[in-house]
Amino acid sequence: MLPLYVPLIVSALLAVFGFMIASRRAVSVSGGDARTLSSLPRQYGLNTALSVIIPTSVAVLIGLMVSSLGSLLPWIVLAVAIFGFAYSIARITPEFRARRYAEAWIKLVLIAASAVAILTTIGIVLSMLFETRHFFAQYDWKAFFFSTEWSPNFRGNSALGIIPLLWGTFYISLIALAFAVPIGLFAAIYLSEYASRRMRSVAKPAIEILAGIPTIVYGLFALITVGPFLRDHFSQPMGFGDSASSVMTAGLVMGVMLIPFVSSLSDDIINAVPQAMRDGSLGLGATKSETIRQVVIPAALPGIVGAILLAASRAIGETMIVVLGAGAAARMSMNPFEAMTTVTVKIVSQLTGDTDFASPETLVAFALGLTLFAITLMLNVLALYIVRKYREQYE
Amino acid sequence: MTHKSLLKVDARTKKRNAAEKRFKTYGFAAIIVSMLALVTLLTSVIGTGASAFKQTYATVTVQLPEDKLDKSGVRDIDVMKKVTTIGYAKILNQGLTDTVAATGIATELSTKDIGGMLSKEAAATIRDHILANPDLIGQEVTLDLLMNGRTDGYFKGRVTMESAALDSNTSPEELALAQALADADIVHTKFNWAFLTNPDASDQRPEAAGLGVAILGSLYMMIIVLVVSLPIGVAASIYLEEFAPKNRWTDLIEVNISNLAAVPSIVYGILGLAIFINFMEFNQSSPLVGGLVLSLMTLPRIIIPARAALKSVPPSIRDAALGVGASKMQSLFHHVLPLAAPGILTGVIIGLGQALGETAPLLLIGMVAFVREYPAAYTPDAGLFGEASTALPVQVFNWTQRADPGFVERASGAIITLLIFLLIMNAVTIFLRRKFERRW
Repeated sequence: MLPLYVPLIVSALLAVFGFMIASRRAVSVSGGDARTLSSLPRQYGLNTALSVIIPTSVAVLIGLMVSSLGSLLPWIVLAVAIFGFAYSIARITPEFRARRYAEAWIKLVLIAASAVAILTTIGIVLSMLFETRHFFAQYDWKAFFFSTEWSPNFRGNSALGIIPLLWGTFYISLIALAFAVPIGLFAAIYLSEYASRRMRSVAKPAIEILAGIPTIVYGLFALITVGPFLRDHFSQPMGFGDSASSVMTAGLVMGVMLIPFVSSLSDDIINAVPQAMRDGSLGLGATKSETIRQVVIPAALPGIVGAILLAASRAIGETMIVVLGAGAAARMSMNPFEAMTTVTVKIVSQLTGDTDFASPETLVAFALGLTLFAITLMLNVLALYIVRKYREQYE
Repeated sequence: MTHKSLLKVDARTKKRNAAEKRFKTYGFAAIIVSMLALVTLLTSVIGTGASAFKQTYATVTVQLPEDKLDKSGVRDIDVMKKVTTIGYAKILNQGLTDTVAATGIATELSTKDIGGMLSKEAAATIRDHILANPDLIGQEVTLDLLMNGRTDGYFKGRVTMESAALDSNTSPEELALAQALADADIVHTKFNWAFLTNPDASDQRPEAAGLGVAILGSLYMMIIVLVVSLPIGVAASIYLEEFAPKNRWTDLIEVNISNLAAVPSIVYGILGLAIFINFMEFNQSSPLVGGLVLSLMTLPRIIIPARAALKSVPPSIRDAALGVGASKMQSLFHHVLPLAAPGILTGVIIGLGQALGETAPLLLIGMVAFVREYPAAYTPDAGLFGEASTALPVQVFNWTQRADPGFVERASGAIITLLIFLLIMNAVTIFLRRKFERRW
């Protein structure tokens, strides 16, 4: 059997030598005067090289996916490479528009690259749909969506209701947004409307640093600093419980994470409000804060709502902060100092360690993932739609 | 109508001015709160983690008796290998006890307790050292050996006499002895290179745990992300920005890319698990799968800034090239792309930084595994980047799940390392921006 790397090396060599041979040949068919050619000699070379490389890459990719080809694949690849080489050499004449053909090849590559984004989405949806169907074949969908009990049991007979997980997710996101939105918004307003140039040059990068810190760092911060602090100074003295991981811990830390997100988005949006609107308001005698509250904010409101929705989508999908800060107990309680859990935490806990892809306890993670994807997709699309509409309004 | 003076501020104006002042204070307070959060975050992590870069060692003089370590008497490696770390631990216990006795420090601790102050890793260290240099047997060697986590914690202030009294792994007497040895210059603290090069260590020996495997794994994944997502991302943004017709299809692609940039990272982990591991059967925990998952995640985050960079190149450049007979492709590759390159590169480095710190998707594809072997970039069995590995942020998560408090320091230390890498990457982007960016 011919190993696959042989035709790959052959096609690489064919591409390199094809480039040189085709360039030479183009000059020779022109009778030594390259000006009579319709393209530069190196464009003939480029066309030959691409005619070898691109079809062979496509053949290899398809061949790897259709595994039934088996030992035939290397021979097919070899044949494609030689054919591409011979055909492109044979077509060299002074009239052959090599530049156009070479560029068509390049455009094909560009299109294929942008299709990767589409393929990723399809891959995400399909992979989760596929496993979710397996899950619902074993577990009643009504019990999944409407049961308020979550107690997986690896010996079977588990209760896998999503409601307590959604409750934890939304509770934590709500606290995070309640913390991040006012602070982020006021920070953006202050930086764009009040701050001196020097203050802005310090504060803006500092807030942006918060955005560049990985979420695992926030998670560790919740675990070793914020959690114990809240427990020792708030929940224990006030009798709310004695768990260091709690909705409040995760919510506050997530709020810090979202501040730069909210503030940089709002900053863009506030700056997009035309200066004439501000000037008009100030000219009528309004103070700066009145202008902001009654003119700038209402004008920027759709954009700000979009920013908040995007922030909400991030909060709902955030994993490491809640894994380290919120706890693992599926519970529905109003007490924010109690440990609760979220959809993302359960995805992690059901899919790490020993997993058995036939049991509903593992497969439930895919149903959770799909639910999470659907919720964030709705929020993202809605937010993107609002932000886009808003941009058009002032362009 | 009563007369109003312009110079005298009336009640309504006063109220409005107060509201103005209040509003401005809120804004200022918001800035202060976010700055405070940043400072607390950094000081908390650096405060607990900085000590991971120092480690306590003891300089121990050990006799290496031939009758215990080499029964063959001819330095036959296979016979010597039969002596396990337990055998070496006994020799070390004796060695440290003799070293203590030589300094004249009086102690009531047993030989076993004195030897217990050394890390469990120390026996492995000396065993490897002797297997590599069999001629040392029968002689006396002096080595720097790791102290255990509690003794190390005492010199870093994590363990106190009070906490030691309640701890089954150490005792106040041991700590007093350690202090006396430190005064006698036998026990000393030095920079912990091993933290950056050692592999992970088991639950009982936080003092020996290092980031070697994790850094290597992260490096491999960054190489994959760069190789996969840079060309695809740039090609996709060129097509979308320059060639794509404005129709429903491209609209869909655009919404799709914006959405992909906002999809929760854990969803990419599920994708990787379902497609790369379950369907395509790549190795679990391998940097290959991790790198591919992170590449898919990074792709939209590269495409968006790259498109912005292409867009910011003024049309006059394109027009000039087209005017002298260049094709669209030539104007792009010869003129527009080089001018947009700094902007694209900035986006790429920021995307790489996000990929470097990403944890959640890697948990799902099995990178939480306990790995002590340095992964090779290529082996015939496992293929390219196919050997099990961990990654920096996952290692942090892993250590937070361990019981020994020594691992909290390690986790914070790992974060400092991670942040230093990110800092370097960001410094590069700032440098690129300053040096090459053009304003048109």
